[in-house]
Amino acid sequence: MLSNFLGVVFDGVAYGCLLFLISIGLSVTMGLMNFVNLAHGAFAMLGGYVCVYSMTRHGVPFLLTLPLAFIATALAGVVLERLLYRRLYASGPLDQVLFSIGLTFMAIGATTYVFGSAQQPIQLPAFLQGQVSVVGVALGVYRLLLIAVVLVIRFGLGFLFSRTRFGAQVRAAVDNRDVCAGVGVDVDRVFCLTFGLGSGLAGLGGTLGIDLLGLDPTFPLKYLVSFLLIATVGGTGTIKGPLATALLLGVFDDAGKYYVPQIGAFVIYVLALILLVVFPAGLFGRRS
Amino acid sequence: MRIDSNGARAVASSTVSLAQDRWRPLEVVFWFSLLGVFFVLPERLVLGSQIVYTALFALSLDLLLGYGGIVSLGHAAFFGIGAYTAGVLAVHGLSEPITGLVCAGTLAGAIGLCVSLLVVRGRDMARLMVTLAIGLVLLELANRWTDLTGGVDGLDGIKVSPLLGAFAFGLDGRTSYLYGLAILFLVFVWVRRLVSSPFGLALRGLREGEARLPAIGISVRRMQVTVFTLAAAIAGVAGGLLAQTTQFVGIDVFAFSRSAELVIMVVLGGVGRLYGALVGALVYMVAQDLLSGLNHVYWQFWVGFLLVLVVLSARGGIMGGVALLKARLQRAPT
Repeated sequence: MLSNFLGVVFDGVAYGCLLFLISIGLSVTMGLMNFVNLAHGAFAMLGGYVCVYSMTRHGVPFLLTLPLAFIATALAGVVLERLLYRRLYASGPLDQVLFSIGLTFMAIGATTYVFGSAQQPIQLPAFLQGQVSVVGVALGVYRLLLIAVVLVIRFGLGFLFSRTRFGAQVRAAVDNRDVCAGVGVDVDRVFCLTFGLGSGLAGLGGTLGIDLLGLDPTFPLKYLVSFLLIATVGGTGTIKGPLATALLLGVFDDAGKYYVPQIGAFVIYVLALILLVVFPAGLFGRRS
Repeated sequence: MRIDSNGARAVASSTVSLAQDRWRPLEVVFWFSLLGVFFVLPERLVLGSQIVYTALFALSLDLLLGYGGIVSLGHAAFFGIGAYTAGVLAVHGLSEPITGLVCAGTLAGAIGLCVSLLVVRGRDMARLMVTLAIGLVLLELANRWTDLTGGVDGLDGIKVSPLLGAFAFGLDGRTSYLYGLAILFLVFVWVRRLVSSPFGLALRGLREGEARLPAIGISVRRMQVTVFTLAAAIAGVAGGLLAQTTQFVGIDVFAFSRSAELVIMVVLGGVGRLYGALVGALVYMVAQDLLSGLNHVYWQFWVGFLLVLVVLSARGGIMGGVALLKARLQRAPT
């Protein structure tokens, strides 16, 4: 019973870590550029397809596809930011929403055209399959890897944002873009690099998530609410906000599906509504 | 829907004049041509009645988006509530169509009122999320509550009695089209009056300078709640029309893509112009029908492309373009 519960929590944590990895980029772009990017999930999907394509067509080993997916989506993010996104920073939310829905639809259509609408299967390498038993709780090896990767990235990001010059520039630009530009920070460059980083992380998340979330062309819409929720409720300007929200969401969703399957997806939507209403400024948000 | 009397008086007595609400010849032509479709294209009336309820739905979003300034990604929630209300009532014996529509609009409006209290709390992002989440909750509810809704199979067996006791709803869509058109026209006339009333003027103020409205005694929140509720009720009526004319309701009435497509129609037609919503719905539905041989996903691709294009270059949509053209023509008299 207890070990069962712990198993559910563990799976939920792994799921939450994955959601965090994909959504952190969205949270940062939302805080930094004030941009509601509904197409964020499309970057995660791109990462997933890069992984599947290079594995099945070119026999690249799974672990090697991870940096590949990161680089490919980060590049795609930088290019799109330069070409399209930057024109809409000053626009209202309606324009941004329409634009990013448009991009999402295009991504879905293009992916269907190239890869078909079927779920993409993935064959994990043997050493990532199976489970290890820790004090009677069966833990999936792959999920352990997932959690480890996210922990590394979480502390990496923490270091990047709080200890480096670039991080200071990002934080300054989030706080006040005009003043930041006024003291000589190249805000455009900061935006572009951050967007690329966020997209790349989403791509990495999409790749790591194929096994858990599945991968088909409707991916960007299927998980849109989760990503948006983490970014909104998590608040902007911190890393722990999105992480806490993602873990909360992951555990509740998993526990809901396991213990009360008859009410299914209600759990997270209702949780979402409650969180949104109780914390309109985000979990750790600074109320302005 | 009454706004506080202080606000109304403050606006009405200011020097800003109310919008012209005299009917222009072009508008009369527009409505008569919709009526003319009934005689000219009798074989396309099924599509016609779909366009009519979609146009009504788009009109409700235009009221919310173009006049209330609230971006909603879950407007299909109220459409769906209306559709299921009218559908379930008809299945359980209350088959009189007009009563069904009234119930659909009332229930959607009532739920809209509750939702609006949540929506006006947050800022744009939180609003988007709340509307999105409400739509998804309802989709899941319709999916699970199979006793009432039929679940994934949809609500079947809707029997609607003849309109006014005389006109039966046939497969040719004749009654459906005229019935829908009549409802659309009535609601349109009412909305048109509304937006050129003092309340409509205050709405314009809301859109252009939200921060200043309290200074002249208008409660922004109350206005937004009112607009949201009205838009929800109209969407409910549109949903009711769907249920009664197609005599089937599937859970896709709550789908996110329906809300998104609706936003697209309104933006395509031109936001905040009333006729934009109608023209947008018309163009979108006709284009979809013409390209129905195309795989839905590719259709979606081109819709997305169009959307990106509209946002980047052609703000104002079709009606905006028409207005621009008209202004150019007037400036250069031939």
